[in-house]
Amino acid sequence: MNSTYLIEAIYLLASVLFILGLKGLSHPDSARRGMIMAAAGMAAALVGTLFKPEIVHYHWIVIGLVIGSAIGIPMAMVPMTAMPQRTALSHAFGALAASLVGIAEFTISPDMAPFRRGALGFEVMLGSLTTTGSLIAAAKLQELMRGTPIQFKGQHIVNLMLALTMVGFYIGWLTHPDTAIFFYGMIGCAFAFGIMLVIPIGAADMPVVMSLLNSYAGLSSAATGFVLSNNVLIIAGTLDGFSGFILSILMCRAMNRSMTNVLFGGFGAVTGTDTGAAAGTMREVGLDDVAVQLAYANQVVFVPGYGMATAQAQHAVRELGNLLEERGVSVKYAIHPVAGRMPGHMNVLLAEANVPYSSLYEMEQINPELPATDVAMVIGANDVVNPDARDNPNSPIAGMPIIEVDRARSVIVLKRGKGKGFSGLENPLFFKSVTGMLYGDAKSSLTSLVQAVQKV
Amino acid sequence: MNPAILVAVVFAFQGTGHEAGNIPVPVLIASLYVFALAAFLGYQVISRVPPLLHTPLMSATNAISGISLIGSLVIAGGDHGSGRHALVTSLLGCAAVTSAMINVTGGFLITDRMLKMFRKKEAVKAEEKK
Repeated sequence: MNSTYLIEAIYLLASVLFILGLKGLSHPDSARRGMIMAAAGMAAALVGTLFKPEIVHYHWIVIGLVIGSAIGIPMAMVPMTAMPQRTALSHAFGALAASLVGIAEFTISPDMAPFRRGALGFEVMLGSLTTTGSLIAAAKLQELMRGTPIQFKGQHIVNLMLALTMVGFYIGWLTHPDTAIFFYGMIGCAFAFGIMLVIPIGAADMPVVMSLLNSYAGLSSAATGFVLSNNVLIIAGTLDGFSGFILSILMCRAMNRSMTNVLFGGFGAVTGTDTGAAAGTMREVGLDDVAVQLAYANQVVFVPGYGMATAQAQHAVRELGNLLEERGVSVKYAIHPVAGRMPGHMNVLLAEANVPYSSLYEMEQINPELPATDVAMVIGANDVVNPDARDNPNSPIAGMPIIEVDRARSVIVLKRGKGKGFSGLENPLFFKSVTGMLYGDAKSSLTSLVQAVQKV
Repeated sequence: MNPAILVAVVFAFQGTGHEAGNIPVPVLIASLYVFALAAFLGYQVISRVPPLLHTPLMSATNAISGISLIGSLVIAGGDHGSGRHALVTSLLGCAAVTSAMINVTGGFLITDRMLKMFRKKEAVKAEEKK
């Protein structure tokens, strides 16, 4: 009995440490200390659990812990540009763990009480659909499959039928606990539904999808806590679930779209319906002209997008930024909330390249400064600087808050080619008189710019 | 729909009427209290995380929800009798321990690796001088 109290006390301690750990994340200076506390909580909970009287043999545990660490440690070493797909994979593992615990509980005691069965079904259903959904998201981000939405006729009907069948199996199993086929049917439908849910969503909408999957993985953990009557599981799962939920709302708000629209809209498939404003010619600029502009500017703002990540240009940006700062130019980096493929993606990339966090500005902070900025340099970003979002009420992205680079005295856009961006929308920014286009791979353009600025 | 509402509704529905079986009612009620308070606290704590740290936040919460490890440990190490059925259960437990452990080790390590990168201007300058 004594050991039970001790283990419960350890779980309570772990819960407190988790909350303190997340609280630490409110500032970069306290964040690392917070995470060490959370990790200590996790270690305590892990060790405490090993002393539970229910555990009688350890070989399966050791095998699982060893394989898990052997996969987990290399997964922590991935380059920062691969963060989105790594995170999607870890959502899949988290959800899979919850779902496997549920299935195992079912095999141990198939005839459980109604409440436990309800929570267990919920846990397994949510866990299974998050597993396959996250795997599809990871495959899209890793470009193992097309990033563009996959749509077909009657997709909504098929999805709806699939969802109804899944819920039907769930209810069937709740009312007929002896019929295991309902349980396994539900799992099968959930796996299929997870795939169907993510394939119609374009890679540019991934920040929202990632956050939602995060939320689902957390909630399935919380449901595990209800099944096992374990409070630390409920707390940790709920924190994870709510964190993902808050992030997905923030991401939707940053695109001025509703969750329904992101999930069912198939946005990336839109073929520019209203491109009237985007007529005109694009002005191409030369390296040396840009170098002179940068070197004699008072303030330069870099606006990175997913293109910076694909070109691996973050170090080159930093090098240019450093050089300009040495010349007395004030250098700032403007980060749109949905730039990149997951929340905070650009911040991590730039931090990796040694940009101090005090130079990273949020959209709301930088917009009032842009009219006084000499050069705004857009690096592989498109929709987040598209003035149509502000000016053209018929644009598919109308109302989305943007970084208003077109208010700067001069804009330089680094772009791979003359084609449209990922979303397929025309960007009138490219045709404005203040805008100069610098074509080519972002990384090599920036490296050449560094050399050119040195010569000025 | 707000998934949290869904959870609450499912649990509330499940909790009424029927006998709660092998979960005593007071435990069930306490669980619901914990859930509600954790949700409220989570909202308060997480809305204070600046967008700057949203990626580490995601990997951190991922690592923390790896706490489902403690559920899988009990299954992987439990006594399920003998035979094929018991083996399947142990294997499921072992797979669950593996998946959860991937998130625990990977999640905490990568979060720390990322947070190390977020530095003040002075710290960056000092390092570059070296």
